[in-house]
Amino acid sequence: MNLAEGVQFVSFLVLSAMMIGAALGVVLLANIVYSAFLLALVFISMSGMYILLNAGFVAAAQILVYVGAVNVLILFGIMLVNKRQDFVAIKNAWVGRAATAAVCIGLFALLSTMVLATPWAISDLRPIGDGAIVAIGKHFFTDYLLPFELASVLLLMAMIGAIVIARRDFLPDDLPGDSPEPPVLTLPERPREAITAQK
Amino acid sequence: MSAGIDLQTSFIELLQGYGLTPGLAKVVWMPLPMVLIVGAVTVLALVSTWLERKVSAAAQQRIGPEYMGPFGLLVPVADVLKLLFKEDIMPAKTDPWLFSLAPLLVFIPIFLSFLIVPFGQNLLISDLNIGIFLWISLSSIAPIGLLMAGYSSNNKYSLLGGLRAAAQSISYELPLALAVLAVVMMSNSLSTIDIVNQQSGYGILSWNVWRQPVGFVIFWIAALAECERMPFDLPEAEEELVAGYQTEYSAVKFMLFYAGSYANLVLSALMVAVLYLGGWGFPISVSAIADWIGVSETTPWLQVITASLGIVMMLFKAYLLLFIAILLRWTVPRVRIDQLLDLGWKFLLPVSLANLLLTAGLKLAFPVAFGG
Repeated sequence: MNLAEGVQFVSFLVLSAMMIGAALGVVLLANIVYSAFLLALVFISMSGMYILLNAGFVAAAQILVYVGAVNVLILFGIMLVNKRQDFVAIKNAWVGRAATAAVCIGLFALLSTMVLATPWAISDLRPIGDGAIVAIGKHFFTDYLLPFELASVLLLMAMIGAIVIARRDFLPDDLPGDSPEPPVLTLPERPREAITAQK
Repeated sequence: MSAGIDLQTSFIELLQGYGLTPGLAKVVWMPLPMVLIVGAVTVLALVSTWLERKVSAAAQQRIGPEYMGPFGLLVPVADVLKLLFKEDIMPAKTDPWLFSLAPLLVFIPIFLSFLIVPFGQNLLISDLNIGIFLWISLSSIAPIGLLMAGYSSNNKYSLLGGLRAAAQSISYELPLALAVLAVVMMSNSLSTIDIVNQQSGYGILSWNVWRQPVGFVIFWIAALAECERMPFDLPEAEEELVAGYQTEYSAVKFMLFYAGSYANLVLSALMVAVLYLGGWGFPISVSAIADWIGVSETTPWLQVITASLGIVMMLFKAYLLLFIAILLRWTVPRVRIDQLLDLGWKFLLPVSLANLLLTAGLKLAFPVAFGG
């Protein structure tokens, strides 16, 4: 084993440990903000894996799309939603948890059998490496044109939908039945009557 | 086009002359450019803080730093020393992990992006094939760090500042990437070296700024917004948000934000130079001059001069842009948040899309001038 292979092996181990640990953290931590940040770590370790596979473009795209867009969107979602709801303990909460665990374990078993059963034929072709951008572009506009265009149309629909939702021309000031209470002002700069007017 | 000096090959050959194996020689070489670039970037960022003080003083008819070293040149050093020895305060109700991690998440991608900044044909750390795309994707990590800083500070101003910074950074990423895409389309490559070489044919006349004037303006505005510079420094708007996401930070962690923002500014200026101002190219093509005085382009002393001239030109262009950015900061009022988002989404984005379309059309119509 020469130096390059050793570095690759160690990076592979570190990236795998990081990815699995972060993914477990996403699922198991109670704080949703931690989960969102750890999700970014999962995506970053995945892009490291792509770099190890000589796929630099895919790695950069992975960071741009998943870390830069999807994950930031999730964080925005978490931080901007201001829903105040009292926590009510649900009876028999363990049923839901048990069902979730069963589904997860079933999926895991299914995937592991798939991984073990598939005869993995490792291609001995040279990795395309630097020519990847050109090859990906050619595929997008020839044999993968339909999925590519469909994805574009889907994104366009999502964008128009977002604009329609954001463009509400009126905002309901106060909901009916929700009698507004005057806010209690405590700061020194609260409006008050002039001292001369009090007498 | 000559290859210019290749320090890596010469250095490795030198070490092999001393009896090292090629692999070992390469291992010895590898950290050298990285350490050099990190040191150089730190110095460049420090110089730009000094420039900021001096130019702001000139804009306000003051003298500015004067007594610390000649022309106050040692002020940045004193700044760093102060921040290093200051007590590192962490407010009681913060989230300690995220609070410490956030400055690093902002700082590291910026320094990592210098991987692809070329100062000459072979004077860069790594001529990656994805070049400029690496910079765009790395700069998209910054919003996560900003959100993390805002959230973990447990302070309403920090949270609002972090959200604003992330929103701004995302909004201006799109016009920035589209402007870069137009340049990439013309040079048929994402590599920074190819982008510069494509502009090097006729000296100043072949620079991209003449072929992409709209893209140049869009890129510059978007880069300023990405760096949170003055017309767009809403995340740190003092009157509204104290210091935005930096409010609770002090000492070394604050220094990371501070150094990161100036390093990012230097990086953006260097990128403008690479993409639109011919990179390390001299306004008159060096090979033309060599022809003219009758010296072969491969003469060693000429190559040394060319390489030094390249570095000087690159820094000159970057600092000219930096000077404009600083002048803008001290002369232009801040925009409002709705104006900022309007400018990004309703003006720059459509204009940059039209610019991209126009570039594609021109490339098909005039392949000679627009890199067919």
